[in-house]
Amino acid sequence: MLQIKPILAALRRHKAGTILIALQIALTLAIVCNALFIIGQRLERVRRPTGMVETDLMAIQSRFVGTEENKTSPLIKADLQALRQLPGVQDVVSLNSYPLRGGGWSTGVRTDVDAKNSKAHTTQYFGDEHTLGTMGLHLLEGRNFRADEIMQADPQALPDSAAIIVSKALADKLYPEGHALGKPVYIGDSKSPSTIVGIVERLGVPWNGTWTDSFYENSLIQPVQLVSSFTNYLIRAKPGQLADVLKAAPAALVKVNRMRVIPSERGVRTFAQVREYAYKGDRGMAILMGVVCLVLLAITAAGIVGLTSFWVGQRRKQIGVRRALGATQRDILGYFLTENLLIGVAGVAIGALLAIGMNLWLVTQFEMARLSLAYVLVGVVALLLLGQGAVLAPAMRASRVPPVEATRSV
Amino acid sequence: MFGYYLDLALRSLKRNKMLTALMVLAIALGIGASMTTLTVLHVLSGDPLPGASATLFYPQLDPQDMDGYEPDREPPRQVTWIDGMNLLHARRADHQALMTGGAVPVQPAQSGLDPFYSDARYTSSDFFPMFQTPFLYGHGWSAADDEGKARVVVISRSLNDKLFGGKDSTGQTLRMKDTAFSIVGVLDEWRPNPHFYDVNMGNYASSEDVFLPLATARQLQLDRNGSMDCWGNGGGDESNLENAPCVWLQFWVQLDSPAKVADYKAFLANYSREQKALGRFQRPVNVRLSGLMEWLDINKVVPGDVRLQAWLALGFLLVCLVNTVGLMLAKFLRRAGELGVRRALGASRREVFAQLLVESGVVGLAGGVCGLLLAFGGLWLVRRQPSDYAALAHLDMTMLLATFLLAVGSTLLAGLLPAWRACQITPALQLKSQ
Repeated sequence: MLQIKPILAALRRHKAGTILIALQIALTLAIVCNALFIIGQRLERVRRPTGMVETDLMAIQSRFVGTEENKTSPLIKADLQALRQLPGVQDVVSLNSYPLRGGGWSTGVRTDVDAKNSKAHTTQYFGDEHTLGTMGLHLLEGRNFRADEIMQADPQALPDSAAIIVSKALADKLYPEGHALGKPVYIGDSKSPSTIVGIVERLGVPWNGTWTDSFYENSLIQPVQLVSSFTNYLIRAKPGQLADVLKAAPAALVKVNRMRVIPSERGVRTFAQVREYAYKGDRGMAILMGVVCLVLLAITAAGIVGLTSFWVGQRRKQIGVRRALGATQRDILGYFLTENLLIGVAGVAIGALLAIGMNLWLVTQFEMARLSLAYVLVGVVALLLLGQGAVLAPAMRASRVPPVEATRSV
Repeated sequence: MFGYYLDLALRSLKRNKMLTALMVLAIALGIGASMTTLTVLHVLSGDPLPGASATLFYPQLDPQDMDGYEPDREPPRQVTWIDGMNLLHARRADHQALMTGGAVPVQPAQSGLDPFYSDARYTSSDFFPMFQTPFLYGHGWSAADDEGKARVVVISRSLNDKLFGGKDSTGQTLRMKDTAFSIVGVLDEWRPNPHFYDVNMGNYASSEDVFLPLATARQLQLDRNGSMDCWGNGGGDESNLENAPCVWLQFWVQLDSPAKVADYKAFLANYSREQKALGRFQRPVNVRLSGLMEWLDINKVVPGDVRLQAWLALGFLLVCLVNTVGLMLAKFLRRAGELGVRRALGASRREVFAQLLVESGVVGLAGGVCGLLLAFGGLWLVRRQPSDYAALAHLDMTMLLATFLLAVGSTLLAGLLPAWRACQITPALQLKSQ
């Protein structure tokens, strides 16, 4: 530590190089902190559970052609029957949408019929008594729909649902004091109440954009079978038989009724594919950020090695003099390590400020949260270690400069 | 002299291969990353209709009731049926078209083809001349067809290839939703990017396969796609959208001179006042008339992630450059002795400076070439992504040129400080210490 003064004096003679290394460390820290933060946020989103048991689950999108909208009810029934008869199928439901599908319904809900503003925003799923079983939702309280509660309805003229099942997140939002079971909910601008008959632990919305973050787990299920030419079949295969059902199910549907369109792209998918597709952008961004971080750190390390090597070469004579005057190899090593540490500390100090400033700017430009200081801390430690690691090889070389160097003139 | 400097530069670069490789690699990575992301950004923020976009405008009106009124808030981004039809029939612009997206079930006459859904655009006759759509065969429909709710259709080249094997299909019949339509035109390849006329369809969606008159689509109750915002007790009942207090249509006008733009804006304000007097509008007059490019900005068409990536890549390039400055500084100063000899032998500071700049230029050029290869690789990766703009990510001449200018320019800039520092060497001091 006694060496700090001479080190500072020496650095003053290499202003340009010192500033460049410090600047590079600062910029790298700022970018790496923000990139790591973005990676963290994206990974958090990608891992978000939907509340469903996602193994052995698949989805088919189908659209009838040449049948009037209001006459599709028996067609859907026939489809469901055909699918249920397949050997590998455990349960099937016809839905307007399902988590991570990318399109669906949403509405405001109230607990007070006279309230002008909605109390919560939620997605609406329309399905029958097979919904819970097929999705594999965990029912915390209450009961499933009964078969006699299911209504057939035109999407344009939805009847009020007497009974609904809600996610716990929505129940807590509507009734923060608890005991939501049996309480009324007014959906959209409806004047008649729907009673909560069941609460499931978790059920995500069909979208995954950042705009849904505020209501990602607010969902309700209405006991309605939509009468529409467009429908989504969610199918739960018996354990281990998903691959067979994946082939058999679309074939069975076409056999029942040829006048339909199952899109060749994403018409038939396992839920794993649904999830992968939904989060492809987020995953890609995380990977890109990760690669950028690694390359940046490597380049910064290489830069430090390069510049320090030059300094070592330049100071061979001085090092020789110091060794001749009694400095040990350890002293020389310590000198270069301390020198790098000083530059590094200056760099990370500026870098931490830069990182926070960059994040504040990003917040104004993009939908992004505030940087948590933990990331800055991790970045600071990582860069200081990286600097020490990078300087080690040139410093070792310096420490091996023999004292006799002092007497040489070149 | 340049040849000599070039020779010196190559010799010097060869002397320390590791350091040279490191500098070239850093520049290449920075350039490659920047050019990949900038190219994507450049493609995505491009002009969808070069030459025509300057005369295209998107009017906005505020027909909502007083619920939740805040002064000076942006009016809805679409129009109601009534306003759309009024503005369309007023014919105050050089061209005007009202439109919405949709999907139609196509029932091919060929027995080998299953029925399928096609993306459709329900619009009015001016759509084709206004957006200068290229026709392979035939032409658009007339204003009379709009009024008469004619069963006419214009199809895309790809649909024509699929159904008619690419032959001229005008005059033939296309069955959609159990109705026979007469094909009047076949469009040639047409994919304006972004999909500016309706950003609800995905900002970089390909254009539709089927175009038919809006009035016809409404009469047949064809499926509508897109967003709809309602207020008051607007239920959005699909069969009665004509009278609903809902905005769900896009309206575009072509105005050929600035005077006409000002006139049209005055006309919109006038129209709003009139509607307010009639009691249809309740809010104070609030009209906007945005140019096409401005409209894309308002809609934030370029994805946030793409802009974020571009900034990230530029930051990355900056670090790479700082790194190169540092390494070059080390390299040049290490050669102080050699430079001292050159100075002592009569080379002026300017000449030494030029020599060193040539050396950094060579590094920049090498970095640029490698960076270009990396950018090609990067764009190839981008094209393999599932996003709707993926297919568009190609390097054009402008970006190719920009890559080289950026690479060489930034490396020369990076070489300035080290070269200047190296010219400050006093020859006598260097010679003495040898």
